[in-house]
Amino acid sequence: MNSAQRLIKTFLLWELWKGLFLTGRYLFARKVTVRYPEEKAPQSPRFRGLHALRRYENGEERCIACKLCEAVCPALAITIDVEPRDDGSRRTTRYDIDLSKCIFCGFCEEACPVDSIVETRIFEYHGEQRSDLLMNKVKLLAVGADEEGRIAEDRAADAKYR
Amino acid sequence: MPEIPLLDLLPSGLQTLTLILLKIIAIVTPLLLCVAYLTYAERRVIGFMQVRMGPNRVGPIGLLQPIADAVKLAFKELIIPAGANRFLFILAPIISLSAALSAWAVVPFGPDRVLADINAGLLYILAMTSMGIYGVIIAGWASNSKYALLGAMRSAAQMVSYEIAMGFALVGVLMAAGSLNLGEIVNAQAGGFGHWFVWPLLPLFVVYFISGVAETNRAPFDVSEGESEIVAGFHVEYSGMSFSVFFMAEYANMILISVLSSTMFLGGWLSPFEGLVSAETLASPLGSLLDSGFHWFVFKVALFLFFYLWFRATFPRYRYDQIMRLGWKVFIPVTLVWIFVIGVAIAAGIGPWFD
Repeated sequence: MNSAQRLIKTFLLWELWKGLFLTGRYLFARKVTVRYPEEKAPQSPRFRGLHALRRYENGEERCIACKLCEAVCPALAITIDVEPRDDGSRRTTRYDIDLSKCIFCGFCEEACPVDSIVETRIFEYHGEQRSDLLMNKVKLLAVGADEEGRIAEDRAADAKYR
Repeated sequence: MPEIPLLDLLPSGLQTLTLILLKIIAIVTPLLLCVAYLTYAERRVIGFMQVRMGPNRVGPIGLLQPIADAVKLAFKELIIPAGANRFLFILAPIISLSAALSAWAVVPFGPDRVLADINAGLLYILAMTSMGIYGVIIAGWASNSKYALLGAMRSAAQMVSYEIAMGFALVGVLMAAGSLNLGEIVNAQAGGFGHWFVWPLLPLFVVYFISGVAETNRAPFDVSEGESEIVAGFHVEYSGMSFSVFFMAEYANMILISVLSSTMFLGGWLSPFEGLVSAETLASPLGSLLDSGFHWFVFKVALFLFFYLWFRATFPRYRYDQIMRLGWKVFIPVTLVWIFVIGVAIAAGIGPWFD
């Protein structure tokens, strides 16, 4: 480009108009914002949200207290105490997850040999005090009871990839 | 003089005073409302240009957002830094806002619809718009903060540079109009959009508007704020109401520059179709929209304000030395050459502007 041409372009603010038209086009582009409470982004069956402990259909706890989840947890959020139950089976007496430590990596779910600890699709929970975010065995089993239908469905959908 | 009940009961001096005060209220109240909604418009327009929604929660499509913001700012604590000069720290935003508002006294909103119809309106405007910089400099100095001082020094240098180019651009306007009175400058552009000064003074118009963007410290000339470099520049130490007063001053100045650009170059309240539509069309209800009037003034001002927002969404910030180069080495020579061209055109009586 010769210098005269460049001078003319400079004085016509050529490059500036090009930039303005670029942003001007985006003024009318379709907006990508998800208006959250009314609209929600789609979730995968592998979504990793709030934790739950599952039971078998006969009501027996799945968890056999192998402590693999406790061992694999990178954030050290899981604490498990074990004692033999009256019938001699190995069960947890304490299963705590500190949600304020948890990084939702899903390793506990992957490590579990009996699909007991799972992460549900619930992500809109909150705690009004610190202790609300400390999950214990009772709370985790309650979440599992509430969500069992959805949990089983998601496991079934993902089964062929596991 | 309009009829106002009970006004005759007052002594004559008070009558004039009351009338002037009422006029000031009639100008400033809508202006501050415009300032509030300009912030809303800015966030919406820039949001749309960035392919997102902008504020849309408070009220229908977010229309009550500026009111929520105002309430929030009004209730926030006013913090005065320990080492600050208290008097100047409080005075600075007041200077900024009063300079931004007082310039509106000579703005003509329509034929004879002006608060103070003074002969040297253009000089008054120049004086008042340069006063605003004192607010910025005093704020930067009184804050006793390095960032604020840096911002103030940057904007002082920038204002001085662009004031000159702006002044020269206005010299072109006053040569073309033959008057310093803003109402007469508009009247000199009567006769349809071909008669507007934007055509013979196109380079001056561009220089004036760009200098105006620089004068109001708006992107891409916002080095005095420079949030990525010096946090928030001169108003980094301000909070609550004192911050919002700076904010209002900035937006009032934006509106003022847009008003002046449309008054001096785009014929203010004049319709672009003057002399093109017949008298019968103008008499009809819908055709009267084509007649000169306040709505054209609003439309032109809104156009300039949109450009302000568009610039901010588009251009990255100028580097400091580039700003200085643009002001001194480009704008001032361009305006000087064009003033000479205008002089020749006036001497030769080139129509339709100078005959």
